[in-house]
Amino acid sequence: MIEVSGLEVRYGAVRAVRNVSLHVGQGELVTVLGANGAGKSSLLLAIAGALTPSRGTLHLAKKDVTGYSPERMVRLGVAMVPETRDVFPDLTVSENLRLGAYIRRAQTSAVNADLQRMYTLFPLLKERQQQAAGTLSGGEQQMLVIARAMMCDPKILLLDEPSLGLAPTIVNQIFEMIVELKATGISILLVEQNATKALQIADRAYVMRLGEIAAQDSAAAIAEASDLRAMYLGG
Amino acid sequence: MVELIQFGIDFLSLGGAYALMALGLVIVYGILRLVNFAYGELIMVTGYALYLVNGTALPWLVMAAFAVFIAVLTGIATDYVAFRPVRAKSVTAVLITSFAFSTLLQNAALLFISPRPRNIPLPDIFSRTVEIGGVITPVRNLLTIAMSVIMLALFAWLMRRTVIGIAMRAAATHFTMARMLGVPANLIISSAFAISGLLAGIVALFWLGRIGSVVPGIGLQPLLVAFIATVIGGMRSLQGAVLGGFLLAFIDTSLNYSLPQDLLKFRDAFTFSLVILILLWRPEGLLKGPASGQRT
Repeated sequence: MIEVSGLEVRYGAVRAVRNVSLHVGQGELVTVLGANGAGKSSLLLAIAGALTPSRGTLHLAKKDVTGYSPERMVRLGVAMVPETRDVFPDLTVSENLRLGAYIRRAQTSAVNADLQRMYTLFPLLKERQQQAAGTLSGGEQQMLVIARAMMCDPKILLLDEPSLGLAPTIVNQIFEMIVELKATGISILLVEQNATKALQIADRAYVMRLGEIAAQDSAAAIAEASDLRAMYLGG
Repeated sequence: MVELIQFGIDFLSLGGAYALMALGLVIVYGILRLVNFAYGELIMVTGYALYLVNGTALPWLVMAAFAVFIAVLTGIATDYVAFRPVRAKSVTAVLITSFAFSTLLQNAALLFISPRPRNIPLPDIFSRTVEIGGVITPVRNLLTIAMSVIMLALFAWLMRRTVIGIAMRAAATHFTMARMLGVPANLIISSAFAISGLLAGIVALFWLGRIGSVVPGIGLQPLLVAFIATVIGGMRSLQGAVLGGFLLAFIDTSLNYSLPQDLLKFRDAFTFSLVILILLWRPEGLLKGPASGQRT
């Protein structure tokens, strides 16, 4: 589905992502783990087209899409949920969702059907559809951005730390939703700091440290690896 | 009572024009976080477009539509010439290119037309007066009020009900996120410049209508008015721009009514002193707008 090879992302002189290669197969849920500043978010932003890689290539369904703009990436089926969530605060919940379907705004009936589907999946959003998105709680905003990303009918969903700063019960709900989304056949690349939870639902996992891939294996194998803590703590 | 009606008409017609001018400036600022200093020249090109079609047999409304169309084109051209090539580089670069584009247009007018005022065609209705509740007032003022109401309503509808309007509001808070939903950056920015040109062009008809002629430096005062109105109202809020425009007009009109004759020529000094007071009280402007604001 998506294939990253030798990717490097720079912020001036700082190399945030160095020589990273990874792939996500059709319908697969792959997680990227790592401590703060390991380069996980930069990696996702580069895949989404929001950061231009200084080296390396990005292929989507065998097509070279290196250096594409974010607009083009989403039209090719790559949807991004950034760590910063970025709901549009002065737009209502329903306007946020409709904007998620911007690339297929002409297909009115399909968009409306998907909107109803999202309201069934996230009943809280339905209750608050006329409310400004900036007034939602953190957990509700997270649900909104995931639902908004799904509105473009993506083939692959990039999720950056969906559990960040949320109460444990909400985190459980979010992870249940990710499992539900995976069941629909979509590929998911999940960046998380909550390694235990992410490894429970993922098929495969990569561990990043200081911008590089430090380990990769099946989720079960990574979960058993004894040096996981050490990798997080930089030991 | 008569005085009050008179004041109301003066205030509303000036406020409507100020509000629309401020909106035209803030719509671009909201998305790019950059002030378009070539904004005043949109008023100027509208004037010269009117001057150039003066004497043709066209009805005035057609001439006016043509002039507004030129303002829209100039607005879009500002994006292509001054903003797009350097947008991603630095704030300073865009500041300078937008000043340069402004100077270029002014000098083109000086060189190819004339440094002296040129008459523009006006419809008869602009010079007529009408009596309302004992007040004799130019019809032009009433038309300005009506036009402001229509334009503000149209603008509100555009921003709330159309996909492009919603996308523009979204881009004003999280530009990159909007792009990651597929909203094309260039389209949004060009639309903002086009709307900016439309607002400036329409205001120009009435602004110039009071004077009856156009000079190359005509754009400076409207730019200043729009800039100050947005600063008072809050640079990041569309409602703020409208509020700031009306507030500035209220201050101006009140001073016009209350200052003695020989102080009247210092009116702007009084206005700006009040503006400084408002900013000391509310440094971010009256309305804050959505909490975010990465430059793009």
